Amino acid sequence: MKAHLLSAADLTRDDALLVLDTAQELAQIADRPIKKLPTLRGRTVVNLFYEDSTRTRISFEAAAKRLSADVINFSAKGSSVSKGESLKDTALTLEAMGADAVVIRHSASGAPHRLATSGWIRGSVVNAGDGTHEHPTQALLDAYTIREHLAGGAGDLAGRRVTIVGDVLHSRVARSNVHLLHTLGAQVTLVAPPTLLPVGVEQWPCDVSYSIDAPLPQTDAVMMLRVQAERMDSAFFPSAREYSRRYGLDARRMAALPEHAIVMHPGPMNRGMEIGSDVADSERSVIVEQVTNGVSVRMAVLYLLLGGAPLVADEEESA
Amino acid sequence: MSTTVIRDVSINGERRDVVIAGESIAEVVASGSADTAGATVIEARSLIVLPGLVDLHTHLREPGREDAETVETGTRAAAAGGFTAVHAMANTDPVADTAGVVEQVWRLGAQAGYCDVHPVGAVTVGLAGQRLAELGAMADSAARVRVFSDDGKCVSDALLMRRALEYVKAFDGVIAQHSQEPRLTEDAQMNEGVMSGVLGLKGWPAVAEEAIIARDVLLTEHVDSRLHVCHVSTAGSVDLIRWAKSRGIRVTAEVTPHHLMLTDDLVATYDPVYKVNPPLRTAADVQALRAGLADGTIDVVATDHAPHPSEDKDCEWQAAAMGMLGLETALAVVAETMVVTGLLDWAGVADRMSIAPARIGRLEGQGRPIAPGEPANLVLIDPAARTVVTASALASRSRNTPYAGLDLPTRIVATFLRGRRTYGSDA
Ligand SMILES: [Zn+2]
Repeated sequence: MKAHLLSAADLTRDDALLVLDTAQELAQIADRPIKKLPTLRGRTVVNLFYEDSTRTRISFEAAAKRLSADVINFSAKGSSVSKGESLKDTALTLEAMGADAVVIRHSASGAPHRLATSGWIRGSVVNAGDGTHEHPTQALLDAYTIREHLAGGAGDLAGRRVTIVGDVLHSRVARSNVHLLHTLGAQVTLVAPPTLLPVGVEQWPCDVSYSIDAPLPQTDAVMMLRVQAERMDSAFFPSAREYSRRYGLDARRMAALPEHAIVMHPGPMNRGMEIGSDVADSERSVIVEQVTNGVSVRMAVLYLLLGGAPLVADEEESA
Repeated sequence: MSTTVIRDVSINGERRDVVIAGESIAEVVASGSADTAGATVIEARSLIVLPGLVDLHTHLREPGREDAETVETGTRAAAAGGFTAVHAMANTDPVADTAGVVEQVWRLGAQAGYCDVHPVGAVTVGLAGQRLAELGAMADSAARVRVFSDDGKCVSDALLMRRALEYVKAFDGVIAQHSQEPRLTEDAQMNEGVMSGVLGLKGWPAVAEEAIIARDVLLTEHVDSRLHVCHVSTAGSVDLIRWAKSRGIRVTAEVTPHHLMLTDDLVATYDPVYKVNPPLRTAADVQALRAGLADGTIDVVATDHAPHPSEDKDCEWQAAAMGMLGLETALAVVAETMVVTGLLDWAGVADRMSIAPARIGRLEGQGRPIAPGEPANLVLIDPAARTVVTASALASRSRNTPYAGLDLPTRIVATFLRGRRTYGSDA
């Protein structure tokens, strides 16, 4: 494992499988009465959140706490960050506090790279979502979820077909998933109106379609991306209604999926926009499971980056 | 009157002694034949001499951002880079949009004495793109402004651009356009292409530059005026300018050293030292720019020297200021990209970095032949030496060089401004 987790593109197949396998082991701990492991005792994990994202912050916080790490939440609201302190000065403060890992969410693409490579801090940096760049732990939890449902919870995702639909241009989830799912052997198809696909997407390791209906019958997992209705103000699409009609996943479209296919969404959802309420609440939807798996995957990432004590060394064996 | 003899120096491949007396070149004679009695002698057997370099595009930051650069530090950097004249861009605070401000900058340059400072006048009041600044008053001022630009912003209003082009004909002025269609580049962070898609940074399409150039050359033809295109950065722009020149349109163009050398894959580091306007483009664009400079489609190299204090670069990419230092490394980068590659010889470098920019800026004593009676504006270069760029050693007040640590060809030995050494160990 590397020193940082900045981009899903940095993960080799072995790296990714190690995270997924470790997460699986850790998930079993979650089923025990005592959910805590002593493995990161005495280590400090800072959640540095420049963007409001309660769900991601809580997920990382739960992950760190279950590994017995000390957690410091440093969020933009009500802190020096909102008073215009620079990323550099904040980083120097965290370094002085002895942060072993900094989990950063930032609206600027590449902010985690700057933190990791500028020499401001020595700890590990975990990208918890940067601008429109990447969200690697989301991709890992998505891969984990797909593997549990479609690959027997082991090995890679060779041959699985994943369709990702929505605002690819502005989506860090899509970028990370394309990299990681490709690394794990899945075939990815991106679906979006041409305005919401980045220039150069034809060079990404995936297929691209302007139509949602074409790939659905061959899809094992369909991932719906959040689409902000305000995008229509910049002429990315004419109206929320037209977007929903052409690219939304409703019950009729869900019926075109194969029997075994699952429906995913990274949240938060715009019900009625990219996904119908009946679809989100259907038995094919694994959206709630994605949240649960998020904690296990983030535990695995922190554990591997910080080189925690071996997982097997629990009560019985170390006694 | 002090006399300096530059002995056995190469002028376009021929060895000569160059005698400087006072402010002028007194003699250019066969090697070994100059009278050195009482003169300062520079042994220049391994050196070449070019007319002092002229920059059409420099940001000196004064008045307003003296924390980034002053006229004094900027012109010292210019002298260290071999320049004897720079054009100071108008996007200062206050904007150089009146005779008062351009005369202030001009005077500061004269006081510093490291190189001639020719203020560029703003095209529109406050660079706001709403109404014309008093171009005539700036032209008639002591600063004798001939180059007008809203650089940093594009004169995007077609009617205003047409009027500006027409109006400056009265005093042989030129409009230097920063070609950037504003709507296509809102919040743009880097070249739009494969890299911007992967990095999740908002793209800055080539067409945003090319669309303005296409419009402007047609306007220039229509009103028969003079257009100068600042910092051309795309292959498509080179094609458009080539086409315009073939029609006889009076357009000139510049390319920066960084666009001749650096490409957008450097942005993968997210290090804002590579953030610049216009953005670094692709390797194919770099090749087209080099070819365009070699065949004369692009007339000049201009630095777009843009100093920024460290806090404006030591941050997230999106929060960082755009621009990079250029004056002290320009010649080395041109040597690396154009001379070492065989695309230009040293006479070609003299043309693109001195003669042509002086002509476009209508400067009288710059970019002149190295001949008796001419003003002694000269730069002495060791073409075989190499120099490692060290940010902390730069004369500029700022440190935002993208070349730090690079080993580049040439070393500037001395710069002379009207006979006086402005750079060099015995200055
Ligand atoms: Zn400019």
